[in-house]
Amino acid sequence: MASEALPLTLHKGPLAVVYEWLGTADHKKIGFMYIIYALLFLVIMGIEAILMRIQLAHANSHFLSPQVFNRLFTMHGTTGVFFVAMPILFGFGNYLVPLMIGARDMAFPRLNAFGFWMTAFGGLLLYGSFFAGDGVLHAGIAPDVGWFAYAPLTATAFSPGHSTDYWTLSLLLAGVGSIAGGVNFVATILCMRCPGMTLSKMPLLAWMNLVMGGLILVTISPLTAAQLMLVADRYLGAHFFDTQAGGSVVMWMHFFWIFGHPEVYVLIIPCFAFVSEIIHVFSRKAMFGYPAMVAATVSIGFVSLGVWAHHMFTFGMPSYGNAFFVLTTMVVAVPTGIKIFNWLATMWGGKIRFATPMIFAVGFLFQFLIGGLTGMMLATAPFDWQLGNSYFVVAHFHYIIVGGILFTIFAAFYYWFPKMTGRMLDETLGKWHFWLFVIGFHLTFDFMHIPGLLGMPRRVYTYEAGRGWETWNMISSIGAIFQTVAILIFVYNMIRSYFLGAPAGNDPWDAWTLEWATTSPPPDYNFAVVPSVRSRRPLWDIKHPDDPDWKYE
Amino acid sequence: MSVRGESIAVTDAPWHIPSRGRVGMYCLIVAESAIFTIFVAAYVFYIGKSLSGPTPREILHVPILSTICLLSSSLTIHWAMAALRKGKTVGFSVFWFITFVLGAIFIGATAREWHHLIYQEGFTIQTNLFGSTYYALVGLHASHVIAGLIGLTIVMILALLGKVKREHSERCEVLALYWHFVDAVWVIVFTTVYIVGR
Ligand SMILES: [Cu+2]
Repeated sequence: MASEALPLTLHKGPLAVVYEWLGTADHKKIGFMYIIYALLFLVIMGIEAILMRIQLAHANSHFLSPQVFNRLFTMHGTTGVFFVAMPILFGFGNYLVPLMIGARDMAFPRLNAFGFWMTAFGGLLLYGSFFAGDGVLHAGIAPDVGWFAYAPLTATAFSPGHSTDYWTLSLLLAGVGSIAGGVNFVATILCMRCPGMTLSKMPLLAWMNLVMGGLILVTISPLTAAQLMLVADRYLGAHFFDTQAGGSVVMWMHFFWIFGHPEVYVLIIPCFAFVSEIIHVFSRKAMFGYPAMVAATVSIGFVSLGVWAHHMFTFGMPSYGNAFFVLTTMVVAVPTGIKIFNWLATMWGGKIRFATPMIFAVGFLFQFLIGGLTGMMLATAPFDWQLGNSYFVVAHFHYIIVGGILFTIFAAFYYWFPKMTGRMLDETLGKWHFWLFVIGFHLTFDFMHIPGLLGMPRRVYTYEAGRGWETWNMISSIGAIFQTVAILIFVYNMIRSYFLGAPAGNDPWDAWTLEWATTSPPPDYNFAVVPSVRSRRPLWDIKHPDDPDWKYE
Repeated sequence: MSVRGESIAVTDAPWHIPSRGRVGMYCLIVAESAIFTIFVAAYVFYIGKSLSGPTPREILHVPILSTICLLSSSLTIHWAMAALRKGKTVGFSVFWFITFVLGAIFIGATAREWHHLIYQEGFTIQTNLFGSTYYALVGLHASHVIAGLIGLTIVMILALLGKVKREHSERCEVLALYWHFVDAVWVIVFTTVYIVGR
């Protein structure tokens, strides 16, 4: 034991370091690369968002042309879902899952590297459109078909040039990478657990990544299939989505949303995992209702597969279709509510420490609840007929994606950064980051609901004065300033703390899961001796040998 | 600074976890099944919706012989694996080779069918909706058969070099699982294209 304390990094030339990272199959290095790569794209999509907020800040604006605006919202959405949220969650999952289940690596390390590089090339290909998307017809550089790229807009007749090809091929590549990742997550969690870690003793993070991995297999695949059809249409002259030949554009909608809705759960379930780990550690209590939490996660996974057409209420469906998708969508609220009550019950009566990870997690709880409630409103078909494709929808899903997903990702950064780098993130800067981001978030997205209710459609590049939309849009744009400053503080905090932060030690939060049992950062092989566990909180058992958890579980 | 796992009292219960090769292949099969589901759904949705001819009944012939070949190859690969598990490497090689030949006959028959359709009937992926869905679905399956045949070939070469032993049965089993999947999908594709769609 203790052999990992030996200095393992001999002095290497820069080229050797580059080779080491390019050729690595180590889950921690791959996780790191996913995260860095996603952060770069986060900055890019943020710049796109700022440009759009400048354009929309006042009426009749000519800051951007309509063409550029179309490209910006397409790239913002596509980048956000596929090249920020997915890779960042894959990064954390890759880094944490083997450590938390006491394994030395993922089940298929080389497949893991393959998945990362496919995703990485997918992102590069998407942005390659800026250089070559013009094609011979000079029909516009970046993709401008929207992130769900409804047919027949994507047909060669309506999207000449190559920009749409870049969109579809990059998502095809990223999709293959994601499926590889999903296979790896499931196989790792089922087959690489350390001795004693039965399914009922796994950390919730492992359980939730297992569900995410399983969901990826059945949700990304339909998207991949639909992209194959689109590629066949554009390159081989097939007619899948060609209305001139009898093809159906509604079929694309179905295929896209069969992917698109469960995708939301692919993104939010790992965030539930972060919140679960953080809340119970900072409340100094064991997780309340562990079995209910697992059951709720699994049932969310299943139910989410049967709700996709709630994105299509405004396209018209038979009444039984409407009723079915309204009801299934409402059902999702039940397991989600169970989760929220479990988190609250975990905090109830606990000795809560409001460190930065915890305040971000609490922010998540509050905002996710509101985002879920507006989701229930939109799930009611008549309400959706009124407000579908309005800014109310935009406000709703940003509430989930920013207020829910991004907040937990920040929480995860503050919580696990010490493990990954051996240095603490600065708490004061963290508090500034949190409060500025909360203010910015609520300014932007709370007030964005109102122009939606007043009838402002999404994706308009500008609007006329005198419709009562100006003030709300101005407030939303001002919120973006606060968010930008908060993100800059976060980036500064990470860079500064990486070099100058306080040393973290192995277990700065006095936590209970296995990743805190090894050094920070962990050695290449994670654990000198493969641990064995007897309860859900193995480090509690070590720290309290007189009163171990396994006596009660 | 060190792993403190050893200080946990270790239980004596034996520790069983599933084989990662199998689990990985099952995952891949789930993902592939979802892809096929979408293509089959598109096929079924577009049955009879083509705006112009030809129709399936006019040009498709039911490929009974090649179907029998492909389905029986599931049986031969099963026998091959049974032989390998008992350490009978010769029996394994023979049945594995027969599996390969049956798969190759299937893919050859598909190639002939396509050649006939394209050059004699002038029927391509661009002809109508039927053409688009037919070539996409059958082609997707054929590409899986080809991937399987490549895998079979690699193992066959290793077997001829005497490198496949009893202890490799778990790994060959993973490939065999994939092959069974490819066969099972053909049952769906065959039913959709040649029975329901015709
Ligand atoms: Cu949805």
